[in-house]
Amino acid sequence: MNLTHLETLEAESIHIMREVVATADNPVMLYSVGKDSAVMLHLAMKAFHPNKLPFPLMHVDTTWKFREMIAFRDKIISEFGLKLIVHINEDGVNKGVGPFSHGSSLHTEIMKTQALKQALDKHSFDVAFGGARRDEEKSRAKERIFSFRTEKHQWDPKNQRPELWNIFNTHKHKGESIRVFPLSNWTELDVWQYIYKESIPIVPLYFSAERPVVERDGVLILVDDERLPLNKDEAPMMKEVRFRTLGCYPLTGAVESSAKTLPEIIQEMLLATTSEREGRIIDFDNSASMEKKKQGGYF
Amino acid sequence: MSVDVEKYLVEQENKQLLKFITCGSVDDGKSTLIGRMLYESQLVFDDQLAELKATSKKVGTQGDEIDFALLVDGLAAEMEQGITIDVAYRFFSTDKRKFIVADTPGHEQYTRNMATGASTADVAILLVDARAGLLPQTCRHSYIVNMLGVKNICLAINKMDLVDYSHDIFERIKGEYFEFSKDLNFESIIPIPVSALRGDNIVNASKNTEWYKGESLIQYLENVKFYTEKKHQVFTLPVQWVNRLSHDFRGFCGQVSEGSISEGDDILIKPSNKRSKIKKILVADKTSSSCFRGESVTVELADEIDISRGDIICHKDSSCEITDQFQGKLLWMSEEKMVPGRPYIFKFGVAESSGSVSKLRHRININTFVEEASRDLELNEIGIVNIALDKKLPMEPYSQSKSLGSFIVIDKLTNNTVGMGLVNFSLRRGDNIYWHKMEINKDSRADAKNQKPIVLWFTGLSGSGKSTIANILEKKLYNLGKHTMLLDGDNVRHGLNKDLGFTDVDRVENIRRIANVSKLMLDAGLITIVSFIAPFKAERRLARDLMGEDFLEVFIDVPIEVAEARDPKGLYKKARKGDLKNFTGIDSPYEKPENPDIHIKSDKISAEVAADLIIETLTQNEII
Repeated sequence: MNLTHLETLEAESIHIMREVVATADNPVMLYSVGKDSAVMLHLAMKAFHPNKLPFPLMHVDTTWKFREMIAFRDKIISEFGLKLIVHINEDGVNKGVGPFSHGSSLHTEIMKTQALKQALDKHSFDVAFGGARRDEEKSRAKERIFSFRTEKHQWDPKNQRPELWNIFNTHKHKGESIRVFPLSNWTELDVWQYIYKESIPIVPLYFSAERPVVERDGVLILVDDERLPLNKDEAPMMKEVRFRTLGCYPLTGAVESSAKTLPEIIQEMLLATTSEREGRIIDFDNSASMEKKKQGGYF
Repeated sequence: MSVDVEKYLVEQENKQLLKFITCGSVDDGKSTLIGRMLYESQLVFDDQLAELKATSKKVGTQGDEIDFALLVDGLAAEMEQGITIDVAYRFFSTDKRKFIVADTPGHEQYTRNMATGASTADVAILLVDARAGLLPQTCRHSYIVNMLGVKNICLAINKMDLVDYSHDIFERIKGEYFEFSKDLNFESIIPIPVSALRGDNIVNASKNTEWYKGESLIQYLENVKFYTEKKHQVFTLPVQWVNRLSHDFRGFCGQVSEGSISEGDDILIKPSNKRSKIKKILVADKTSSSCFRGESVTVELADEIDISRGDIICHKDSSCEITDQFQGKLLWMSEEKMVPGRPYIFKFGVAESSGSVSKLRHRININTFVEEASRDLELNEIGIVNIALDKKLPMEPYSQSKSLGSFIVIDKLTNNTVGMGLVNFSLRRGDNIYWHKMEINKDSRADAKNQKPIVLWFTGLSGSGKSTIANILEKKLYNLGKHTMLLDGDNVRHGLNKDLGFTDVDRVENIRRIANVSKLMLDAGLITIVSFIAPFKAERRLARDLMGEDFLEVFIDVPIEVAEARDPKGLYKKARKGDLKNFTGIDSPYEKPENPDIHIKSDKISAEVAADLIIETLTQNEII
């Protein structure tokens, strides 16, 4: 008997998660509230069934996430009885760091990358699960499933441990950590198919609805709260939009769409001609920017 | 509209996943081929295509045409150097299958990355440049792919456009490859004439090669039978994690590596050889009456049996052996060479043990396949080795079971993965040599002498004062009525280790023997002082592991300038002149201990004071 591709991917992800729990001292799952996190969480609950998750979830909140994301997060946590740690870079909050005052890349650096390092250090987590996939971006395609980080959380793309068969080297020195990507071999289409097949709950922002947006440099930005500074001649307009990816609302572009169901989203995706991360403003700096961010500790 | 999508989704759910590797020499066009497959399967988006066109003009090698290779060459550094430096995984799918491609580099120094990609591949596409024919790298990669058990090969003869789509050239290369590979164990080799750059025979049959009647490359990938169920599949489940929920639930989790099993079936547990029945099966989180190869499952057993991570739950006919000695193939993947006798961690699936290569039988020249004598293995070299583990693990020959026959080698100090290996067969020597159980043991011997035995392991440069301090220390212990023994480097090299020189390999063997002799002295109840240079951390660690708690590392620390100025035996002078090779501190490294138990700075205090300091430490630790 041969497994289907989704069954193969599911079995592989579960194997990876169990390997971490069997060998790590203090693992954590980074939960970003997006669709990939939803799939990762769903797989984790399967992997340890009928037990509870043997690790907490952690959300690094930049304070600029969509309100619907936070509401959805809290609902999922209470519904499934999960343990969640929310980390905010208070230093950044006190200095008033935000995407409008400090620009997108500095904001991301302080409120996301720095915040993540702070949180990992504070709780002494030695392994952190992340929902990144290799098909997302060129430098991700080369990252290992078990990706080793130095004491300073740095990634050295030229000095990665070879990964053979399904044998994972989980040995590390004190202070060092490993980021583990159980969805490495999943594609965007696999993720959507699996959400559909398993009826996994996701943030409603992925589905199209009438939402207030403004258009800036050709990108549709949701007016999620009063912190979005409007120019004099700018007025929010109601448009039927949805999001293909979720992050900080001022840095995430919406797409005009009428897709209100999963099959419609998948159909739209199959016909799409732009890649998923285009909605993310932080990737536009230059084509090697993701690699640089990752060397500095970004997920 | 949405009804069609739902139908589509149901069809898509039944797709299979095929993992393959592309390999071949540097300029055979691997990246271009993968870029072309992504493009043809319409997985290149508009924004990526726009970026690709812009980058092609800037750094591409195809003039104004699109350079498909740029689509897959990811990291910034290699874009500048124009080479692929690591394994990258690419994804595309057709209506029949989803594909994961391991894109691996062709340079010789990256053999290890190729082997990494091949370890998970079901099929290999071996690229050959039609103009160049078979190259040494083609043969090398065939050898590695074959060694890792890939059975199906597609020989993609590329750049056919540059040889006017010549049928003769195609036939000649095909013939040469069949001749070359007749001794390898491939089940099928399918040659296809292609041009990755122009798109010939990638998706559809090309008009340029009307003489070719076979499948296109994509058709081949969609149809190739890559997993043939063996006749006697024996259920094997390596236990990865024990799920303990309450008194009445203990589930054994793992990924089924062979065969299938159903509720109520009899099973055997290894290494305990206990028997039980399958009570309940969970595939992921769903109750199921049976489970199959590849599934991640949790099983409950009918009896309460102590089972831990690394044990095997299997069918009673399983041929899996429990052994600590075996012969295997080893591919070395580290800049730091493999030295027999040096301790490493060997990880088999989810079980691991420390151990060492007890014998390097020979090295295999992967250009000629000839067996050569060698004392160590360098990066990218393959050797046939005997391995001795510190504990028995379940294993099978790689040809029988990929999951029980494969292992990785982990360096104990850096934790890096430094090698990969395959089990050939177990050596049953260990079973025939029984550990002689003695009535009088270490404790009774020590009691008779009214002392606590210990090994004091001195390490330091030549001329650091080790022998002087050791001599004074032994006298002091003797005067305290203690039973002692002093093992000195020079003296032992006159007798037991007369056959050893000063190469790294010999130094490792020297210390291995000394460590074992010290262990015997320790068992005899003696306070044993070992005074050797012992320059490598790994071997000092071996000694510590062997002795357990009865071990103190004493670092006799002196700056090299001071040792060289002392030069009691005139050896530094000889080494500087080049008359003495492999001299520690001059042309052979000394790895300083990071956390010695006793640290003596012998340029700051006299040998007498140093010996007193050691006596003091022994008193504090209640050893004397």
